Amino acid sequence: MKHTISVLVENHSGVLSRISGLFSRRGFNIESLAVGPTHDPSVSRITIVADGDEHTVEQIEKQLNKLIEVIKVKTFAKDEFLAREAMIVKLSVSAAKRSEVMTIAEITGAKVMDMTLSTMTLELCDTYANLCRFEEVIEPYGIVEMVRTGTIAIEKGSEVLNPKK
Amino acid sequence: MKMTVSKAMVEALKKENIKVVFGYPGAAICPFYDALLEAENDGDMRHILVRHEANGGHEASGYARITGRPAVCIATSGPGAVNLVTAIATAYADSIPLICITGQVNTEQIGSDAFQEADITGAAEPFVKHSYLVKDPSQIGRIFKEAFYIAGTGRPGPVLIDVPMDVQRATIDFKYPEKCEIRSYKPTTKGNYVQIKRVIKALEKAKKPLICIGGGVFASNAKEQINELANKMQIPVITTMMGISAFADDDPLFCGMIGTHGVKRANYAVNECDVLFLVGARVGDRAVKTPLALEKTTQIIHIDIDPAEIGKNIGADIPLVGDAKLVLEQLIELSKPLEHSEWIAQIREVDAKRELAPAPKNTIQPREFIKKLSDALPDDAVICADVGQNQIWTCTSYAFRKGGRLLTSGGMGTMGYSVPAAIGAKLAAPGRTVCAICGDGAFQMSFMELATAVQHGVDIKIVVMTNTRLGMVRELQTVGYDDRQTAVFLDGSPDFIKLAEAYGIKAVRAYDEKTTEQALALLKEPKGICLVEVVVDKDMPTL
Repeated sequence: MKHTISVLVENHSGVLSRISGLFSRRGFNIESLAVGPTHDPSVSRITIVADGDEHTVEQIEKQLNKLIEVIKVKTFAKDEFLAREAMIVKLSVSAAKRSEVMTIAEITGAKVMDMTLSTMTLELCDTYANLCRFEEVIEPYGIVEMVRTGTIAIEKGSEVLNPKK
Repeated sequence: MKMTVSKAMVEALKKENIKVVFGYPGAAICPFYDALLEAENDGDMRHILVRHEANGGHEASGYARITGRPAVCIATSGPGAVNLVTAIATAYADSIPLICITGQVNTEQIGSDAFQEADITGAAEPFVKHSYLVKDPSQIGRIFKEAFYIAGTGRPGPVLIDVPMDVQRATIDFKYPEKCEIRSYKPTTKGNYVQIKRVIKALEKAKKPLICIGGGVFASNAKEQINELANKMQIPVITTMMGISAFADDDPLFCGMIGTHGVKRANYAVNECDVLFLVGARVGDRAVKTPLALEKTTQIIHIDIDPAEIGKNIGADIPLVGDAKLVLEQLIELSKPLEHSEWIAQIREVDAKRELAPAPKNTIQPREFIKKLSDALPDDAVICADVGQNQIWTCTSYAFRKGGRLLTSGGMGTMGYSVPAAIGAKLAAPGRTVCAICGDGAFQMSFMELATAVQHGVDIKIVVMTNTRLGMVRELQTVGYDDRQTAVFLDGSPDFIKLAEAYGIKAVRAYDEKTTEQALALLKEPKGICLVEVVVDKDMPTL
């Protein structure tokens, strides 16, 4: 089962390697990992999507908490969080197929970022599932390059993941 | 006060009341050594020159285990630091507080594959509680303060501080912080009151309760409390290998060590009990082979200061996060005297008369020797068992009485641990007898430390059990690999008596009754280093 885990960490060099090292040496499977700064310059936030049963997730949380630079760990309850992921995709598209791709972009909410005589580059920010569906739809047009950020997530409602609490 | 970072590092150690450090110098740690010289000349600190960095780490480990406080080992950059990794991993596995200081190449050279450059914070990452690569000289005080705090509190463990040469040389305005505040590190110490009451209720309801002591009892200095609680509630006690010597062998409640290599009586007790109360024991695979089966039939109460240990290897019906000493004190207060004489008698019947495998002529029955040794040495002796058959013989046959102590590499099973650990222990407790027990395999992994002991006048006793085999692997091959013995023959070993004598160490070889008496007499001598070789048959079984 997939779990989305938010981790607040000290904004120090080397923290990410400690966390990724922990996952590999304890045999935890990461599906995606996204890291970036927060509104507090001393804190970075990592969103991890990991695969495993209840026992594994409990261990992931506990082992993460043992790292000195980890301030807070939270595994989101199913459907209780908002998640997004960004994707940039380069398609090999001839002039004849351009308008078809434009239509798909319009329907899915993707934006055309760049275009050449033979390629189109699209961006889309949506849920993991919607990105996968988008990929399926554009796949026949010839994907030559693709990049995804990994999921970032935040809890629904007024609840706040606070480093001080 | 203005001073170099090197000097500040020495000042920090002094503030942490460090009297002895174990190390091996090299170019990248020279600025620190230069500052250390002054402290040595002033008589503030003693530097023990080890003969291999891994052993330096083990020596600090032995020292830390006796004092109960973080101990310091030092290595230079590159190979020196990398050599230390085995000791760091060994300490991590057994939750021993160490401060490991390593030199590093100049900051600007980091990442350039400079001479003797190694990414030691990276290499040691899986085995440290925390580590620092010092980049800002002004932070040295905070880092040392934090390192000692992290290493010694919560679940103890090794902390590495890697200091580039140019940082060591930098001049700073230094004041050692009085306190440290780490927002993300707040170990739980006191037990949750609701859980405490649940534990009491479960123990009072139990018909066949059993206490299992692990190394956590030493880490939290809770020996007295566990004895008090067990005796008050009359609950029989077993230990893991790491818990040995926390409970006196001659106490009627004591049932021995559990596990693959444990004693029958202890394993019987685990299988028969209805409530198993784990205190600072992580239920390692060698202690409990089938935890899943056990948690189905038995109610499990688990105290540990590390929340991650609860539910990791065995599911707990009543989890209790906290420091063993404080939690046990809370439990003692709420408990009332109980009686389980029938249950205790039932356990004690098991394996009451054990027959030892006979020893062929001119060899010694090792477990018999260990028994005699425990009668010969003072009650408060520190015994350092190595790894292999000698470890199991010691763990199952040495009668630890009140005040005695066993040090061994329980988690990592690091060969060569006993001799350096004994040196560290002896320096921490000069008044106690400290005896290393090892095999001819393990001894040859660290006997270079004989020079360390001689140079610094550390009066340790060493027992080397020689069977010219890597006995435990040989036995594994005999039992599990159709007796296809390979790579277990220690031919080419030196004459250990002559070897000891070459270091100026008194030595005796025991192979019969008379020489055994001579050997024990030598081991009993309070002063002087000595070595005893005990000749053991090559086919002697572990159990």
